[in-house]
Amino acid sequence: MSPVLFSPARVGALVLRYLYLMRRSWPRVLELAYWPTVQMILWGLITRFFLLHSDWLVQAAGVLVSAVLLWEVLFRGQLGVSLPFFEEIYSRNLGHLFVSPLRAYELVCALLCISLMRTVIGVGTAALLALPLYHYSVFSLGMPLLAFFANLLVMSWSIGLLVAALVMRYGLGAESMAWVAIFAVQPISGVYYPVAILPDWAQTLAFWLPSSHVFEGMRAVLLDGVFRGDLIVNAILLNLLWLGGGVAVFLYSVRMARRRGLLLQQGE
Amino acid sequence: MPRPVVVVQELSKRFGAVTAVDGISFEIEQGRICALLGGNGAGKTTTLSMLLGLLLPSSGQVEVLECDMLRERYRALPRMNFSSPYVDLPQRISVAENLTVYARLYGVRDARRRVRQLGEDLDIVPFLSRPYGTLSAGQKTRVALAKALLNEPALLLLDEPTASLDPDSADRIRGYLVDYQRRSGATILLASHNMPEVERICSDVIMLRQGRIEDRGSPRQLIQRYGRATLEEVFLHIAREADGESRRRASA
Repeated sequence: MSPVLFSPARVGALVLRYLYLMRRSWPRVLELAYWPTVQMILWGLITRFFLLHSDWLVQAAGVLVSAVLLWEVLFRGQLGVSLPFFEEIYSRNLGHLFVSPLRAYELVCALLCISLMRTVIGVGTAALLALPLYHYSVFSLGMPLLAFFANLLVMSWSIGLLVAALVMRYGLGAESMAWVAIFAVQPISGVYYPVAILPDWAQTLAFWLPSSHVFEGMRAVLLDGVFRGDLIVNAILLNLLWLGGGVAVFLYSVRMARRRGLLLQQGE
Repeated sequence: MPRPVVVVQELSKRFGAVTAVDGISFEIEQGRICALLGGNGAGKTTTLSMLLGLLLPSSGQVEVLECDMLRERYRALPRMNFSSPYVDLPQRISVAENLTVYARLYGVRDARRRVRQLGEDLDIVPFLSRPYGTLSAGQKTRVALAKALLNEPALLLLDEPTASLDPDSADRIRGYLVDYQRRSGATILLASHNMPEVERICSDVIMLRQGRIEDRGSPRQLIQRYGRATLEEVFLHIAREADGESRRRASA
């Protein structure tokens, strides 16, 4: 009997495991929405201030709130991959998982599924709260929002997998990377300002980030009322590279962990 | 004659300068209950890990259920399972949820019924709905065993299967394992420090010391060979004789 190469049932089983965990831990559910909401409130207030004091922002009310919410997609999406993986390490469960028929790439799929759910819950809550609080709907971006969301999510997955690979190699000492890694790309992603104001060398780096194309695209929609398909195509192509790299590094780190005997030793 | 369930040839594992397992070879026939014995650091857990494919060998071959574990472990994994006090289950979700997740990972049909059945067999029904992390060490050992039996494995690898159990529970678990082996024809390989347990339930023993096989045979054969009354005395004899040799070599 040939083994099943990819089993949606096994992926579903692992997704179920993370949902069980969320259901049992209200702080985890609260945490999903907490930071996006706090950020949304903070930046909403900043926007309100600028609306009264800046001609530039008067032209595009909501540009900062949109930027914050989309940035949260990147941050929450990355945490959505890294944290469930850390849960396996905290509970010393990796050994059981890797002697089950679950393949490493099925584990990756399960992590990506749970990341999608967590991000939709977390950022979706903040986006809905922005409606009564600021009378601003990020959904007014229309269909492009879907493209922005998808591209940022895929990039966040790549970084989440790289962080998970780092933790598998170096243990939970590298856990703090989960919280800081994404902020390394924030300044050159042009989240709150156009990439054009960056120095030349930073603009070159920014070109290789899918996120910088997404945020440029977001400003094009909000400020110029134009959907820049070329920017989205750039983001998609770059994401293919990023996600391919993230998955490859993660799978390589699993193999290295098997060689070094790390799968039975991982724990707090 | 059917091929042995486990075939290990010249298996070695080195971690830098340390050789944890040093060129061991052995076979285990179908339906046997075999014990890996040895002191701490003898290479028992490392050997079990390589049999499971959790650890890649430095050299040598491992064949399990007619599958080369280096190349085709995913053919064997659905038909084997494992339990160890050194690997845990997620703490915050309930016992039933943990078992359900693993039942699905192993493709068990009617997972709910299987979990219920194992719950009754291993006397864990009273705490099926409790978070795993709130259980006592003995209760966790029984849950881990339930997880290892979910897929009715043809090969069951157990690392200290009765660790932390009180004598009554340990006795019942031993009885259950023997009964499971008889019912299913499964092969069981266990690592244990509990010599009376090994004497009672194992048909074969492999004695490891410093990563090598020191001796092997049935418990009765080993007891006779060393002229001792119990397997524990045999174990102590081998361990202390080896220590003495090491000390003599060091002083020379």
